[in-house]
Amino acid sequence: MAGLGRGRGRGKGYMSFSIEAVGIGKGENLPPSILQPTPLFPPMEHKPVPLVMGEEAEYMLALKQEFRGNMKTLPFYVRPAVSKKDVERYSDKYQNSEPSDNTLEWNPDWKRLPKELRIRVKKPLKENTSLSVDTPVDPKPSKKTRVDKEEIIHKLEVGITLEKKEEEVTSDEEEGEKKKQEEEQQDGEEEYDEEEFEEETDYIMSYFDNGEEFGGDSDDNMDEAIY
Amino acid sequence: MTAQEVRLCGLLLQEHFGEVVERIGTHLLRGGAQNLRTIANETNTPLDLVKKSLCVLVQHGACEFGSGRRGPGSPVEYRASCERVLRVLRYPRYIYTAKTLYGDTGELIVEEVLQRGHMTMSNTVKTVADRLTHNMEEGRSMEYSEVVSAFSKLVETHFLQRCPPVAEMGTAATSTNPATPGTPAASASTAPPTAESNPDCYKLPHVTLIGRGKRRRSSDDSEEQRGGKKAKMDSESCGDEGIYWQVNFERFHQHFRDQAIISAVASKLDQTSSEIVRTMLRMSEVTTTQTAAYTQPLSANEIFRSLPPNYSISRPILDQYLSLLVDDPMEFVGKSGDSGGGMYVISKEPWPTWRELHWSLWYRRGWCVCQSWFGSRSARIFRLLLRKRHLEQKQVEDFAMIPAKEAKDMLYTLLSENLVQLQEIPKTPDHAPSRTFYLYTVNQLPTARLLLQHCYKTVANLIERRLFETKENKRLLEKSQRIEAILASLQASGAEPEQLTEVEEMITAPERQQLEALRHHINKLDSTENQVDETVFLLESYIFSTKTK
Repeated sequence: MAGLGRGRGRGKGYMSFSIEAVGIGKGENLPPSILQPTPLFPPMEHKPVPLVMGEEAEYMLALKQEFRGNMKTLPFYVRPAVSKKDVERYSDKYQNSEPSDNTLEWNPDWKRLPKELRIRVKKPLKENTSLSVDTPVDPKPSKKTRVDKEEIIHKLEVGITLEKKEEEVTSDEEEGEKKKQEEEQQDGEEEYDEEEFEEETDYIMSYFDNGEEFGGDSDDNMDEAIY
Repeated sequence: MTAQEVRLCGLLLQEHFGEVVERIGTHLLRGGAQNLRTIANETNTPLDLVKKSLCVLVQHGACEFGSGRRGPGSPVEYRASCERVLRVLRYPRYIYTAKTLYGDTGELIVEEVLQRGHMTMSNTVKTVADRLTHNMEEGRSMEYSEVVSAFSKLVETHFLQRCPPVAEMGTAATSTNPATPGTPAASASTAPPTAESNPDCYKLPHVTLIGRGKRRRSSDDSEEQRGGKKAKMDSESCGDEGIYWQVNFERFHQHFRDQAIISAVASKLDQTSSEIVRTMLRMSEVTTTQTAAYTQPLSANEIFRSLPPNYSISRPILDQYLSLLVDDPMEFVGKSGDSGGGMYVISKEPWPTWRELHWSLWYRRGWCVCQSWFGSRSARIFRLLLRKRHLEQKQVEDFAMIPAKEAKDMLYTLLSENLVQLQEIPKTPDHAPSRTFYLYTVNQLPTARLLLQHCYKTVANLIERRLFETKENKRLLEKSQRIEAILASLQASGAEPEQLTEVEEMITAPERQQLEALRHHINKLDSTENQVDETVFLLESYIFSTKTK
């Protein structure tokens, strides 16, 4: 810009250009130089122009506020899942109200998105269906420590019914909520996890006899009498 | 991307999509193209949330993805678009324009498409029909065909366009799926395809949608709401899968510019001439491409035939008006031939008229700014400098008729705010200060940019203030919402008036006053944002027009 160098420390009155040209008369008092940043709310010398009011402006205002309100209810408003409270509550198992991180509440057209963004959603399990864990990125099955919410077939035999819950699978390992995931085989052979049973139900497992062992011995040696 | 722009974008993303998307979005805006892992690591966000946010951003067109820098083998990179996010500020204006042009149906169509980013035609029609039915009286419902006709009109006039086809990419992440070899075009071109490059951009798909809107019963309300809001795909396919429609912002901008021209003509000349110009513009709406210098030449005969019926002016008078428009120094209309009773064009591009018009619209804004910041006399100086381009100190005082001392003061204030600049012209080769001219001038383009940044800062401040006010009074707002909900449920179940008044009295009178004041403030802040956006549009438009010469 032009020669407005204020004498860079050479003291007032000596400038690199003739100050008469710019219009400052001799001996005139220049305003003092400011040595601090401008105030946050400087006083306004002139009142601002009033807002345009009218039907159009009001309608647009209403449109805007309505739009914002609608956006908050749409699934595009991403809310991170709230982490579990300190103590795990009994009712947590039966309440699945909060959306978890690895779900997408709407169905985008996956063909228009790169593959790596895909978050798979599983349908509820049916009996004797195999769970094919489809991991596009990581073919290794991921055993994570998560709370079990899956229906296990042989629990039905034992007479305990659990509710079917939807299970979602991420395509990559994640921290975040703790959910346990187990893979199921076709023929339904699962690990019989007694400790898990004891956590899940109200009944003390050791008192309960599921009757499996009842007829088991009858296969060998039918000649002996059974008392 | 300036700091102010990024800040404003962040606030807009936060308001519409939540804080997570805001964090990812701002990170992308600041950092340029990045891949998924980098984003997740640098923002310390769980990968799933990052994926969700990116899906949301891509859905709304705010983010694009492409193969990485190192070629097709590297991970996918994502790029956010600042300009696209800033458009969110203008959504109410788009919706309102659709309403003025195509009625309530058009308004709802545009609103739905803006809310969802992009939608198929069948989905849009169904949702809009349901919404319209909901607002109608009992027993009446909206026919799909009416909605379809409004949709077609929007597409024909190019307000809606098909989304550009997505380039196929082989992702590097999967080792099991090798990149498909049959996509030579996509891997060769690095630029993402635009909507206009698709020849079928404005072609409607062949679907027959027959039906009526469904009315939401109060008993099914929650279920339908979930169905409607979550945009579940219907089990029956309508034959237009994969064809998504988005709003064509450029077309809306063209419309706004046309409106600006018409109102400028109306204020300079009179109503009838503005009607003539409006007719000319409407006739050439779709035939002129956006970057054309002039509209197609229109003969006076055509114009005469296309005038709206309530403006019945005779042919010779029309000719007089046209010659008036041509002779006007603003050069709104140019004459390009004599066949058919005279061929007339409207110049739409930077040189000469459009730029002049832009410039004049812009300088009015600058002048208004000047006036509101510094008073009307500074504004007078500003206007003078714009008109006369370069003036010396002494000349400024003379022309503006302001005493020397005050003129000096004002000039220096304007100078310190960078609205005017000082230009040196040396008389002698040694640039001696005593023999140099110092001229005051206004550099239009940098000043326009400065004003634009000020506007962005203003809007960001407005939004922040509004959020602050809302947060301060959160408790009160929540209480009033709860009470309204209670009242609504009581009324629905048929309560006594005493019960209603009892519930209403739970809000005390001072609280009511506070609420009222709060609502007033928030409305004012919102309304101001809308109006600043008008200036933003004008300035952006001007700056853009200087780039494409």
